[in-house]
Amino acid sequence: MRITATAEFMLEPAFDPNKDAGSSRDAIGLGQAAGTGLNTRHGTILTLEDISVSFDGFKALNNLNLYIGVGELRCIIGPNGAGKTTMMDVITGKTRPSEGQAWFGETLDLQQMSEVQIAQSGIGRKFQKPTVFEALSVFENLELAQKTDKSVWASLRARLTGEQRDRIAEVLETIRLSTSARRPAGLLSHGQKQFLEIGMLLVQDPQLLLLDEPVAGMTDAETEFTAELFKSLAGKHSLMVVEHDMGFVGSIADHVTVLHQGSVLAQGSLAQVQADERVIEVYLGR
Amino acid sequence: MNQPLLLTATQKAGPAVTATVGGLVLLVLLALPLLSLLPADSPFQVSAYTLTLTGKILCYAIVALALDLVWGYAGLLSLGHGLFFALGGYAMGMYLMRQASGDELPAFMTFLSWTELPWYWTGTEHFWWAMCLVVLAPGLLALVFGFFAFRSRIKGVYFSIMTQALTFAGMLLFFRNETGFGGNNGFTNFRSILGFGITEPGTRAALFFATVMLLVASLFLGWRLARSKFGRVLTALRDAENRLMFCGYDPRGFKLFVWVLSAVLCGLAGALYVPQVGIINPGEMSPTNSIEAAVWVALGGRGTLIGPLLGAGVVNGMKSWFTVAFPEYWLFFLGALFIVVTLYLPKGVIGLLKKRGEQ
Repeated sequence: MRITATAEFMLEPAFDPNKDAGSSRDAIGLGQAAGTGLNTRHGTILTLEDISVSFDGFKALNNLNLYIGVGELRCIIGPNGAGKTTMMDVITGKTRPSEGQAWFGETLDLQQMSEVQIAQSGIGRKFQKPTVFEALSVFENLELAQKTDKSVWASLRARLTGEQRDRIAEVLETIRLSTSARRPAGLLSHGQKQFLEIGMLLVQDPQLLLLDEPVAGMTDAETEFTAELFKSLAGKHSLMVVEHDMGFVGSIADHVTVLHQGSVLAQGSLAQVQADERVIEVYLGR
Repeated sequence: MNQPLLLTATQKAGPAVTATVGGLVLLVLLALPLLSLLPADSPFQVSAYTLTLTGKILCYAIVALALDLVWGYAGLLSLGHGLFFALGGYAMGMYLMRQASGDELPAFMTFLSWTELPWYWTGTEHFWWAMCLVVLAPGLLALVFGFFAFRSRIKGVYFSIMTQALTFAGMLLFFRNETGFGGNNGFTNFRSILGFGITEPGTRAALFFATVMLLVASLFLGWRLARSKFGRVLTALRDAENRLMFCGYDPRGFKLFVWVLSAVLCGLAGALYVPQVGIINPGEMSPTNSIEAAVWVALGGRGTLIGPLLGAGVVNGMKSWFTVAFPEYWLFFLGALFIVVTLYLPKGVIGLLKKRGEQ
């Protein structure tokens, strides 16, 4: 059975118990199963239901409901304090919600997992402020991030295989840092650090990428390049991008979610949400 | 520029120079015990005092290296490494006390009119068991402390304060006579080790040789660790722990491993220190000792492997000269040294040498 990937389909995954694990990727035209161990048979990679988080009585998230489809590129916008970063903290296990459910795929309950387990299961995160290992070289940064056995014993004996080297070289090429491979990451420019962090996510090969303001501090050319990069990633990976730059959002997203005061205010295409009265009110404060 | 994963000095000064200097130092260190065996009227004879003093400094150098592994690489400043050193020393001391007292109880127990050995002294008449204790006592303490500290994500200055408190608590515990480790006098008056007289030149030379070997082995181990992916993970942990967690590494295991390894190295150094110096008492656990170890590492240059060895050598060399020449000014000098290093030599002596090399 083939279903065309539409926004509606992504938002409200049809319940079909007869489908096999991973076949939903085929359903949206990806033709390949999701990574091992992740059951996404309903086409949803991330499910947040009735999530509430309060800090000393202040509700940072208030009955938030959000579904991200497999292979989708979703942009999250919203005014300051809308709860965008808190939502990422909830997904990555940094903050525990007081109520609600968070599922990765169909079977992984994010609330039962530690931050490390969540990262290992295939959720990668890029921070708002670019965070790289400054004392290590660009190559070493990618080496550490690369998907492999990350236990203490494995690290003691680890040797890079030719295949892994090739993969790192490939990503270096993608993020345009091949000539800086041996430079310490601390010496890179702000924009280059942003790219390095994105590259670290790529070698980690996560199924869901959370990107917090990825183009902050980038030049126009770099922003444009990032937009191309993200569009090429969508499909193979699911992406959730938090961004303030509306031009950037417009260039990548077919689907936008607006957060306000900890819950979803509007969803749809960028044109749709921009025309929404409530969104205009929130942004312009009328 | 900070490149702690490489032997910075090696890289900048050229491998040839470093290898030559390192080789020469090693040769001298290996020659010292042989020279000490020469007859007393020979012009090349090395006195027992010099040999013991050098051996003591080498033990401190191992502590500096161990501290550098946790501080320089993993970013965990321990102000309690003296405790692990002392525990290793006490484990060795127990064996030496049993050797000295033969079938009797150790003298300090007789003074307390104890009639039998406490249970934890069981088996300490055997050298092999004492050696196990040398590793186990500091290793297990570090494991338990580290497990809870890292699980609760204690880091930075809080971690330093807790390690400081731990060594202080250890000192107070060992000061008590009832603890069964000789109270504030500790252990002394050793006679023999493995049947050899402890003050005989041959024994001293052998102990010195063992210390040099342990130092070389620790240096090699540290070098291998620093060059491995494990070492790079530690550096990453020091600089951006959150990023590392989101890369899928569990920082606790990495911290715990290097922390226990460091404690065990300190314990081994302590075990070689005691027979050479001839005494161990709770003073070794005093907080100032552990802080001094941090000064060695800072002075030499943390995050390098050679730096801490250099720092331990320089500070202790100066200490033995100062405490003879101007005993009352040593602590002022040590304090001033720490301030100067912090303000003007953030990368230590190695950093300074490297800068010279670049110019």
